[in-house]
Amino acid sequence: MSNAPAIVIAEEPIRRAPVAFVELVRTHRRVTVGVLLVALLFLIALLSPVISPHDPLATDPDNSYLRPLSPGHLLGSDELGRDLLSRVLWGARVSLPVAFVAVAVGLVGGGLIGLTSGYAGGLVDLLLMRLMDALLAFPGLILAIAIVAALGPGLRNAMIAIGIVAVPVYARLVRAVVLQLKEMEFVVATRSLGANPARLIVAHFIPNLLNPIIVQVSLSAGFAMLAEATLSFLGLGAQLPTPDWGQMISSGASFLTNDPWLAIVPGAAISITVYSFNLLGDSLRDALDPRLRS
Amino acid sequence: MTTYVLRRLMLMLPVAFLVTIGVFMLIHLSPGDPALILLGEDRTPQAIAQIHEQLGLDKPLYVQYFIWLGRIAHGDWGRSVTTHEPVAQAITERLPATLELGIVALVWSLLVAIPLGTIAAVRRGSLTDQVATGITVAGVSIPNFFIGIVLIFVLSVTLRLFPFGGYVPLTTDPWESLRHVLLPAIALGTAGAAINMRFTRSSMIEVLNHDYIRTARAKGASWRRVVFVHALKNALIPVVTIVGLQIGGIIEGAVVTETVFTWPGVGRLAVESIFNRDYTVIQGIVLLAAFSYMVANLLVDLVYGWLDPRISYA
Amino acid sequence: MTAHLLELEDVQTQIALRRGAIRAVDHVSLTLDPGETLGIVGESGSGKSMTALSIMRLLPRAARITGGRIRFKGRDLADLSEDEMEAIRGTEMAMIFQDPMTSLNPVYRAGWQVGEPLRIHRHVDKRASIAAAVDLFRKVGIPDAKTRVDQFPHQFSGGMRQRTMIAMGLSTGPSLLIADEPTTALDVTIQAQILDLLRALNRDYGTATILITHNLGVVAGMCDRVLVMYAGRVVEQGTTEDVFVHPEHPYTWSLLRSIPRLDATGHEPLRPIEGSPPDMGRLPAGCKFHPRCPFVIDRCREEEPDLREVRSQLARCWVTQAGRSLDSPDGR
Repeated sequence: MSNAPAIVIAEEPIRRAPVAFVELVRTHRRVTVGVLLVALLFLIALLSPVISPHDPLATDPDNSYLRPLSPGHLLGSDELGRDLLSRVLWGARVSLPVAFVAVAVGLVGGGLIGLTSGYAGGLVDLLLMRLMDALLAFPGLILAIAIVAALGPGLRNAMIAIGIVAVPVYARLVRAVVLQLKEMEFVVATRSLGANPARLIVAHFIPNLLNPIIVQVSLSAGFAMLAEATLSFLGLGAQLPTPDWGQMISSGASFLTNDPWLAIVPGAAISITVYSFNLLGDSLRDALDPRLRS
Repeated sequence: MTTYVLRRLMLMLPVAFLVTIGVFMLIHLSPGDPALILLGEDRTPQAIAQIHEQLGLDKPLYVQYFIWLGRIAHGDWGRSVTTHEPVAQAITERLPATLELGIVALVWSLLVAIPLGTIAAVRRGSLTDQVATGITVAGVSIPNFFIGIVLIFVLSVTLRLFPFGGYVPLTTDPWESLRHVLLPAIALGTAGAAINMRFTRSSMIEVLNHDYIRTARAKGASWRRVVFVHALKNALIPVVTIVGLQIGGIIEGAVVTETVFTWPGVGRLAVESIFNRDYTVIQGIVLLAAFSYMVANLLVDLVYGWLDPRISYA
Repeated sequence: MTAHLLELEDVQTQIALRRGAIRAVDHVSLTLDPGETLGIVGESGSGKSMTALSIMRLLPRAARITGGRIRFKGRDLADLSEDEMEAIRGTEMAMIFQDPMTSLNPVYRAGWQVGEPLRIHRHVDKRASIAAAVDLFRKVGIPDAKTRVDQFPHQFSGGMRQRTMIAMGLSTGPSLLIADEPTTALDVTIQAQILDLLRALNRDYGTATILITHNLGVVAGMCDRVLVMYAGRVVEQGTTEDVFVHPEHPYTWSLLRSIPRLDATGHEPLRPIEGSPPDMGRLPAGCKFHPRCPFVIDRCREEEPDLREVRSQLARCWVTQAGRSLDSPDGR
């Protein structure tokens, strides 16, 4: 019953050379929409200090609880008179970096484990994979909550926790690809020519890994933002007065009867953001996986 | 069959072992004296000494682990720091509310997912299918707490159709219980509905291409009969996996939903315990969540054999 | 022209592909009388299966009947609604398929599947339908029928699965049975058994049978008449004896030379057909077989012949229609 996107690890790696990305975006309409939405979100995060009409933290008790479309406050203001539009725009500066860091933690950690495991094999492989199984034995959000409970609430610890949740997914993905590639002829050929392992990885493994990883990164970015919003909603992530969407929904929920937009506006923001990343990941998976083509 | 179950259990053991180590380390990962963490506010020197003695904190870490594991195995999950209630009892008291919520959510997700997924598969490529696929991605993208808040605002606050929050035990008043559980269950089950629908659709598309579907058509079976009798039973086999995992993950989803709807279940207990720094309770819940997830995995495999006669456990 | 059980007249079936439509069945006409056995022979892609699926109206999504008439017991099947067609399928006409491994539903018991047509069409209850399945299993020669009806298809051998398919087809006593390559996926010894069974059923119950195959040997032992298809067209049609003794189309002639014969005299070497099956998207002008034909004359490259009477059969060939015989190719 979690919000985690169904992560399907392809049984066989997508062996084609990385598809020219531009061509992909041009020919697949859903990919185009996904790329545009994600690009727009990055733009908002980047430009929010410039485009925000107000300081997201500036309180103005005389102008609290303003309805949307009030003069000077397009989306209204919250209980402390802070401009809702500015806070939502600044929220992108919290959400996107969190996703970025969490995915990086998962990708680097899981990638290293997967490469080691797949390339070394034997006992190392066995031990690492049991460890990954143990991590996967915890439902994702429970694991994140447990880690935050141990490390203490806060945005930084939330990022680490979400990253750790993603580690086994990447470890398995990378290991599966490495194992299959190891058996392929060109690897055998390169090795018999005396190429060293590091070169092997850089020259051959990385390109073959790219397609499945691009898909997984956009999907787990969506999951990371969702998890961060959830942790912040519970009070375990971003702390006051950070303009964080999950945290804004949590405080806005108290005013649902009279001022519902205080929860609905940031809720829409996080939903649209996660949707954009999931759409991108989902459409890329459809476009890159030759088996799914009709 | 029995040997298969035993073999699966043997394979689960090392993972379960690592899981318990992880849960045990929860306290030791956090900075500071575990005794102080466990005691919370009640920090008299005597109490600290007593905890040290009890946990064997003067002993090496691995010895402490085995002492702890022994207690867990004997059903002694420790006592809550805040209420001093035994952890096992605190969790058991809250479990029925969580289970009711989780099961209704699951039923809701399947009621939505199976018919819609089937229709999308039968009419693949159509507008219906495209809309359904769009909704699927949206369903996993909207945070369930936000769905809950919107439901409360629309159905409870504005239209006054449903009560807002609160739990009525099924045994007290079944009708009221159902009325209270519906909104949180919809909030909790929507993401699952989206995922299940996606699985049903892709599985159904694959099944409809099989030769035996043509055989059924050649017998004069109507499309409805072909889809719902011949195809659906085959198509649902993979869906069972994901549903099984969802059953195992009930506690996980409940954490947030229970907070939104002030639902007195295990999930809310977990959040309360984190704020109270009640680590024994957190440990207990995390352990329960992990183990129910693992057991669900095992059960899924067994149900597979029942659904798909081709699988044998020899 | 009266009292044919089945009559196809100029039937055309097209398959829509991305690069355009393919005429999978191109103006095919045939007749079948009650109790008769007709063989349809051709390479894969020749349109023989598509012809069968057109009769059953079980074409895949992309395919569509675009012209002609299919009259079955006096009714034009093209005029029937899907509901009316469902009432005919599985009662008056039945079909068995090439691969018995994949043609049975893996999650239902064999007896359940064999008795299903009775439940659908005759409104027999489940218990009676299973009892009927036991009888049918005995008729098609499945030993230990009482146990077997309770088993799942994966517990059956290939031959037994095909017998199960046949039992299913026969359950309602249809007047037409279409068997699409029923023995191709089976071992040689099992093939003979299944053909014996089909022959016996045709004799005992008088079920008219269309046997689709790429194997002329199968036709020889089974069929009263034979129809040879190439590139979606009928190229030769006649009684089995006439076609086998004196083929009047070079394609049939080549097919016959490519199978080993017991009565071979020795001076006719065994020869596979030269060239490859035609690309249905890019058929040649003139006679569609001319690029592979050893008897080709100039006219074949320009103009496509009609199906005309040649001796006692019909053939679509300029050479034989002009009265020459296919004894040995010119200049070879």
